[in-house]
Amino acid sequence: MAKRRPKIAVYKFASCDGCQLSILDLEEELLTIGETFEIAYFLEASRAVVKGPYDIGLVEGSITTPHDAELIKEIRKNCRVLITIGACATAGGIQALRNWRGSAEFMKYVYPKPEYIETLDKSTPISDHVPVDFELRGCPINKYQLLEVISAYLSGRAPSIPNQSVCVECKLRGTACVMVARGVPCLGPVTHAGCGAICPAYGRGCYGCYGPKESLNSKSLMKRFIELGRRREEVVMAFRLFNAWAPGFREVEAEA
Amino acid sequence: MTAREKEYRVDYLARVEGEGALYIKLRGREVVDVKFRIFEPPRLFEALLVGRMYYDAPDITARICGICPVAYQMSSVHAFERLFGVTIAPSVRSLRRLYYCGEWIESHMLHAFLLHAPDFLGYDDAIKMAKKHPRVVKNALKVKKLGNDIVSLLGGREIHPVSACVGGFYRVPSKRELMELRERLVENMATVEDLLEWVADLEFPAFEQDYEFVSLRHPEEYPMNEGRIVSNKGLDIDVDQYEDYFAEEQVPHSNALHSYIVGRGSYMVGPLSRINLNYDKLHDRTKGALRRIGFKTPCRNPFKSIIARVAETYYSFEEALRIIDEYVEPSSPRVEPQVRAGRGCGCTEAPRGILYHRYDVDGEGRILSAKIVPPTAQNQKRIEEDLRALAPEIVRLPRSQAVWRFEQAVRNYDPCISCATHFLKLEIEEE
Repeated sequence: MAKRRPKIAVYKFASCDGCQLSILDLEEELLTIGETFEIAYFLEASRAVVKGPYDIGLVEGSITTPHDAELIKEIRKNCRVLITIGACATAGGIQALRNWRGSAEFMKYVYPKPEYIETLDKSTPISDHVPVDFELRGCPINKYQLLEVISAYLSGRAPSIPNQSVCVECKLRGTACVMVARGVPCLGPVTHAGCGAICPAYGRGCYGCYGPKESLNSKSLMKRFIELGRRREEVVMAFRLFNAWAPGFREVEAEA
Repeated sequence: MTAREKEYRVDYLARVEGEGALYIKLRGREVVDVKFRIFEPPRLFEALLVGRMYYDAPDITARICGICPVAYQMSSVHAFERLFGVTIAPSVRSLRRLYYCGEWIESHMLHAFLLHAPDFLGYDDAIKMAKKHPRVVKNALKVKKLGNDIVSLLGGREIHPVSACVGGFYRVPSKRELMELRERLVENMATVEDLLEWVADLEFPAFEQDYEFVSLRHPEEYPMNEGRIVSNKGLDIDVDQYEDYFAEEQVPHSNALHSYIVGRGSYMVGPLSRINLNYDKLHDRTKGALRRIGFKTPCRNPFKSIIARVAETYYSFEEALRIIDEYVEPSSPRVEPQVRAGRGCGCTEAPRGILYHRYDVDGEGRILSAKIVPPTAQNQKRIEEDLRALAPEIVRLPRSQAVWRFEQAVRNYDPCISCATHFLKLEIEEE
């Protein structure tokens, strides 16, 4: 008998769809993926739903409503391995900017009748709600890293996802340092690798879309940004983007 | 529910971007209720833009949608450039059109072949469809990849590219880099024409409505980044007048606002509207291909939007080749904007239709307020009207087929629910 194909499920919470779209953007691999796995639950791609439990659950998006906070617990029970994909699921996403001002103020701004709206005060990562087996970073994720993580889990080994800084990727790519050579503020020294150091190769500073790397010195980098002529307000904002709520970036204001 | 009443429900609508649901209720053949519900959680983009600098807007608003980040970047960039009085180099302007060609290609191929075509042939998804139609799916993926490669070359990556900014690009490609793309575009023109013929041969339900089609219109070119907002019912306005002619209303059952034209009602944006209003601006090969398949404008059958998507893909190939052939590297990739306080409006043609942005900024370029109206919000009212008009015919079908046909009618619009939701009105009451 042919070996049972592993079942994969893809879930979406508050997000832009970009990380699960990465799967459909694997144009050359997509049909092979369809043969190798049973795509059991992936609403963006298919109306067919195969019942769980699933071997791997991929989760995109952050938790922002009471309904979703309950739903993720059910999903966890139904997935042998749970992997979060992208900055929303891993760090709360850009929508976590509400976490500082409180959703009440945000709601009042967007909605004439905020009392009708059911939403949580904070946008939080999946790991705040359930145990997560692996967190793949990026806004958006690197689709080849996703393939690596899935392959690793299916063959029972640890995924090979380098945890160095974007600076290392610039060196590998042969890009001259934009901050040293041109005085462009760059979050590369404090940002987790994975994107391939795209921004410096395109002549701009890294904006931290893969989130904080381990053991970072954001205080020293902020000082450097200010020396390069940025206002303090702007420096704090540089950390407050897609991974604003990730520990490491979240504390920047308090550090100064 | 009485014996004569029938309900059709789709709790999680598949093959659309984001989370939506469908509910249709009939009494005999009378349609009692039609709801295209959006329950995607709100992300509050307009609020989180307040206090940010103008130069953050292209990067932040890109995150509204992973399928059409280029459109968000472009509408915000144009809004600020109009306010700051920025004039960009002609070759930078052309590159923006090329950037848009890439996004139209990848988004249209995704929708036409991976999300919409399976409806016409009764497959749950494109992977299953590929077993019987391997050549079509493989070709569509190959063309889609080329679209993504254009975006990646100009922007660094296909999803949330990094190069577009107010004033131009951080980096522009060399002529040599573009010439490599050129070869692949030329090689794949015939593939796209095959795909166009393939979708033209699908079976289309006989269904037409008297739509108000709305799109941009530009005196010299098929509209992407610039133009006036026009319709087939006499609308012809500047982008700055958008909010005088278009408004949103809250409907009790849906999480998102419905757009309408003041004094008239629903309207349609997207590829079918664009091609109906701008057929004369298409390039010759696209016009020739459309003549060969017998596609005539105005086309009032929304199921045929799939043809318009593939036709625009073909046009994007022609336009990309024209741009690459004429390209001369600009002396500088961008101009530094002269920041001033005031209000800027921008509107560009996202793959799904016009996307309007409006910002107020202070003298330092700090955003004081933002308004964003995505295409799916504009199509919502029209989607429900289509469902209502289709219902008496559809309900004669067996239930499973009827539900499927309702879903297909929603997918005619390629709805992008994440887009529509960032400003939605959430209601607590569930049915």
